[in-house]
Amino acid sequence: MAQASGMDPLVDMEDERPKWDNKLQYLLSCIGFAVGLGNIWRFPYLCQTYGGGAFLIPYFIALVFEGIPLFYIELAIGQRLRRGSIGVWRTISPYLGGLGLGCFSVSFLISLYYNTVLLWVLWFFLNSFQYPLPWSTCPLDLNRTGFVQECQSSGTVSYFWYRQTLNITPDINNTGTIQWKLFLCLVACWATVYLCIIRGIESTGKAIYFTALFPYVVLTIFLVRGLTLPGATEGLTYLFTPNMKFLQNPRVWLDAATQIFFSLSLAFGGHIAFASYNPPRNNCEKDAVTIALVNSMTSVYASITIFSIMGFKATNDYWRCLDRNILSLTNEFDFPELSISRDEYPEVLMYLNATQADRLAQLPLKTCHLEDFLDKSASGPGLAFIVFTEAVLHMPGASVWSVLFFGMLFTLGLSSMFGNMESVITPLFDMGILPRSIPKEGMTGMVCLVCFLSAICFTLQSGSYWLEIFDSFAASLNLIIFAFLEVVGVIYVYGMKRNIFPQERRSSTQAGCRSPVYSCPSCPHCGSHQLLWLIYCTSTDRGGRIHIRKVV
Amino acid sequence: MLWLLLFLVTAIHAELCHPDAENAFKVRLSIRTALGDKAYVWDTDEEYLFRAMVAFSMRKVPNRETTEISHVLLCNVTQRVSFWFVVTDPSKNHTLPAAEVQSAIRMNRNRINSAFFLDDHTLEFLKIPSTLAPPPDASVPVWIIVFGVIFCIVVVAIALLVLSGIRQRRRNNKGPLGVEDAEDKCENIITIENGIPCDPLDTKGGLINDGFLTEDERLTPL
Repeated sequence: MAQASGMDPLVDMEDERPKWDNKLQYLLSCIGFAVGLGNIWRFPYLCQTYGGGAFLIPYFIALVFEGIPLFYIELAIGQRLRRGSIGVWRTISPYLGGLGLGCFSVSFLISLYYNTVLLWVLWFFLNSFQYPLPWSTCPLDLNRTGFVQECQSSGTVSYFWYRQTLNITPDINNTGTIQWKLFLCLVACWATVYLCIIRGIESTGKAIYFTALFPYVVLTIFLVRGLTLPGATEGLTYLFTPNMKFLQNPRVWLDAATQIFFSLSLAFGGHIAFASYNPPRNNCEKDAVTIALVNSMTSVYASITIFSIMGFKATNDYWRCLDRNILSLTNEFDFPELSISRDEYPEVLMYLNATQADRLAQLPLKTCHLEDFLDKSASGPGLAFIVFTEAVLHMPGASVWSVLFFGMLFTLGLSSMFGNMESVITPLFDMGILPRSIPKEGMTGMVCLVCFLSAICFTLQSGSYWLEIFDSFAASLNLIIFAFLEVVGVIYVYGMKRNIFPQERRSSTQAGCRSPVYSCPSCPHCGSHQLLWLIYCTSTDRGGRIHIRKVV
Repeated sequence: MLWLLLFLVTAIHAELCHPDAENAFKVRLSIRTALGDKAYVWDTDEEYLFRAMVAFSMRKVPNRETTEISHVLLCNVTQRVSFWFVVTDPSKNHTLPAAEVQSAIRMNRNRINSAFFLDDHTLEFLKIPSTLAPPPDASVPVWIIVFGVIFCIVVVAIALLVLSGIRQRRRNNKGPLGVEDAEDKCENIITIENGIPCDPLDTKGGLINDGFLTEDERLTPL
């Protein structure tokens, strides 16, 4: 039934359905969707935590066995069935329509809070056009004799982030008021998103040239700059040196699999939507491998840049720690200025410990080790808004680097937003929710307006707590369940149909798109709900191949 | 006799000015940090200048206009360069209250700093907090300006796209109507001009046959 009803819309869609102007737009859109903020601030953190270069092994294994097959499934069914996520799953089976609806809802929720992160990035971007940068000094207190107490205890960057930007309340129960600065940035963000998706892939396809390629330009600039900074090589060697004993920890493998999963933006429905605008005979197998590899290479490339700058920051902090100690000693014992160099410091300390230990004990001296500073890692918004902004302060020409960095983050996030919004808009168009008389611009405008109104809650003072809730609960577990059901749907349900209607004509394999999955009727592991086991199962050839055939 | 006087003077000096004396302040200079290669050596002439600056500051205080350089005593100069100083009253028996000295120094901190090419950070008066200069405040914050520019561009672009979309749709709606008019014309022409083939689809953009032009001129437009 589903197959029979799939016939007419397929013919109609051939004529009416928008198309990509060229293959490059499609590839860039998928790459832009996959390459997002997580490549910058999640992957380097994982690399650092799990033994540097050793993490690449589980990462690439997960890419080959989990990432590429799942990605291939999505591109294949999107391209062949030429509908958005809801339509595709309804076509495979009417009972699977809920899966599409689930992907649609998750994409909607993720759009809300993902754009909120973008508005924070935009706020920092706007504030970078001044020198000195506003997070370099604390504001003065009322007497003008010193700095604000809160700022002195927390540090200038944290103060700027938590107080001047978010104005955060102590806990989530105090909602506080709407921050009008963030509200304005929210308006600007949603207006920008609307501008880029106003006509669906017609407008997205033009905007993607800039938003997908600009981050690579900036990453290269930062790489060159980062490698020439002092301390970069120490950072790179320390953070990339493989430590194989981490591989024995099962957590590493789980995190690698999770990272690949979310990095490729699987189970959102966005790739299905993008692929549905492709010509049916496009070679989606090659596309899947290309895009997945580009995404992973971008992660590694970005982590080289990030590590070199983190190495610079750690070296800087280490030097400042030493200098503070040296200044304390100089002031206390009245040595001539600049008489103790950083290298001489340990000997001088030992000498003073031997001769004047009591006076030395009263001084607030901290132990400074470079490894301690290198070990300080951060991920997520903390990396971008606190650690990196502080690193940028010490680079000459700080404003330029800040503008470039936050501009790069904004375009990275924007290209991911295109995929999110497309996975919301394409099913709405396909289902024909609104009458055809309403133009496409009106439809996208209404979707953006609804998202904007819903996202106002993130501009409250407690907004970042709400964002953490959304991030933890809206996305992670739901997407894994949906991906599991996707695989089950394509293997069993689609495969089951083949058994149910064996007299159906089998067309020859479509020249472009072969199904990557193999039937697995007796897989012993399939009883469990572990997605990884299922992927392992599907990767081995246990039976005949299923072709995604032409519908009757 | 002279020796005795000298001895007395130094004794009094030592009594009034010594580390942690009453109303005494410690000063610390970081000349090499501030000036690098252009750093000058701290000698007795520089000390004289310092005493002059302190006396100058005290003269600005009401009731202290008669302060002389000799009233400012320096002691315990170290290699760091740091020393202690006190300001005595004209009788040279008592030191002036710390509060007065503090307020005088704060008022003239800028002049004292610039006399030595230093700033608040490199010429430190311990226990005298300096009034920090407020950061230069633009009347309109910079971020609002940039935001305004970006937002205006985005709004204008959206308006242009929407308007061009509306215009496109109107043109598409008119297009099929134009074809129908030409077909009516063609039928009329055929009925009027027996058997003359009509090429109504001007949308083809095909060739214009000159032979038909004269015929058309004789026909009255509908």
